Amino acid sequence: MIEVINLNKSFGKLHVLKNININIEKGEKVVVIGPSGSGKSTFLRCLNCMEDPTSGSIIFKGVDIADMKVDINVHRQKMGMVFQHFNLFNNKTVLENIMLAPVYVGNKNRKKLEMTKAELKEKAKETGKSVAEVKKEIKKSKKSKAQIKEEAKKTAMDLLKRIGLEDKANVYPSQLSGGQKQRVAIIRSMAMNPDVILFDEPTSALDPEMVGEVLSLMKDLADSGMTMVVVTHEMGFAREVGTRVIFMDEGRIIEENNPKDFFENPQNPRLKEFLSKVL
Amino acid sequence: MGNFDVKVDAFLRSFLDGGGYRSVLTGLQNTMIIAVCGLLIGIVIGTLIATVRVLPKYKTLPKVLNGICSFYVALFRGTPVVVQLLVFYYVMLPIMGLRLSSVAVSVVVFGMNSGAYISEIMRSGIQSVDIGQMEGGRSLGLSYATTMMRIVIPQAVKNILPTLGNEFIALIKETSVVSFVGATDLYVAFNYIGTNNYEFMVPYLVMALIYIAIVLIISLLIKIMERSLRKSDRGH
Repeated sequence: MIEVINLNKSFGKLHVLKNININIEKGEKVVVIGPSGSGKSTFLRCLNCMEDPTSGSIIFKGVDIADMKVDINVHRQKMGMVFQHFNLFNNKTVLENIMLAPVYVGNKNRKKLEMTKAELKEKAKETGKSVAEVKKEIKKSKKSKAQIKEEAKKTAMDLLKRIGLEDKANVYPSQLSGGQKQRVAIIRSMAMNPDVILFDEPTSALDPEMVGEVLSLMKDLADSGMTMVVVTHEMGFAREVGTRVIFMDEGRIIEENNPKDFFENPQNPRLKEFLSKVL
Repeated sequence: MGNFDVKVDAFLRSFLDGGGYRSVLTGLQNTMIIAVCGLLIGIVIGTLIATVRVLPKYKTLPKVLNGICSFYVALFRGTPVVVQLLVFYYVMLPIMGLRLSSVAVSVVVFGMNSGAYISEIMRSGIQSVDIGQMEGGRSLGLSYATTMMRIVIPQAVKNILPTLGNEFIALIKETSVVSFVGATDLYVAFNYIGTNNYEFMVPYLVMALIYIAIVLIISLLIKIMERSLRKSDRGH
């Protein structure tokens, strides 16, 4: 689903990512671990071009999204991202946070359906129908703005129910706890119905007692078959949920393996040293 | 001050019976039109400039736009507003062959002038909003412009509202120079009353009181607005 080819990223003179190659398949749960400054967050942020790669390609569903000519926004709609600091919109209520992007994209796609008169005539010619008929068909296939909003609201409320926060729909993010914020952030990205969700240290900014609720939602998500790429320091999560664990150090992928062998039988001395410190 | 009563009497006569109140109303109306429309134009121009100035600058177009905006701000902050009014009215308009009323000219000039100041206010406001807000929007597939308009700028405006209120108050007071291009504002109106009987003490005093009243009312409105905008801040 995501193929990374010769990815390099530099910030000025600092060469952060060095020739990363990796292929992430549909349904995989890839967990990226490594010491701080190893480039794991940068790597994740390159996957949806939040950081523009200095060189290399990111092939997402057959399209190289590292190409500056590609409309990155269209592809990001299918790549969710969850941040360390939640990044909920402070000026919107919880419900508005979740609905904003689906409604915006829905309305945008609706506009795309609108045709000029010439296009209508062309379509009529092609299908052998009258212009009026074609117009009617388009109108039928087009959802009204109210409908788009209604559907987005329903999805949002369903998702909120799923995490047990439906009573918080109309409060602002400042009134939520850290764990609640992160869970809302996760369902906000789910509301776009993405093909993959990227997690950038989702539990690092949380109080210890709130880590559990976020991890269990992520486990839930993993069980439902979502493709996930997770940068984390939660080794338990990596072992339990990951299908593949990657160790990064100094901008390179040093070791990757299934979780069992990765943790029980590490090969690289740098990884052995790292695991002995964190486990 | 012994003849203060007489002076008040003269003022009232001129104000009420001599039709002075009509010119004061016109003056008040023009002052408010110039200040309010100027502020609105200023906010639009200021927001545009501020957005350009916070654009990531590794492409050519943002660099060029940024240069133009810097020049604009330097130009309008570097000259007194009276000079701008005079140049616009007596130099630019004849060159362009346009005919505008002096109030319209004042609106345009004050709009462009306050745009330069508001751009700096707005820029600091935008930069005060956490970068994560922009990233959150972009990660969902919203465009830079949409995220800016719907997420970042509303929060920026909330942060800068007190400063923006200051700018509005300054603007109201600055409009007292529009008589340079022949617009009737409060100053012109009271000056007219004073000229009627060569008695300026009371008219100018009343003028000052009216300015103070306007500014106090506006400060109050800003406070109310701030309070309602701060809804999303309340929490634990």
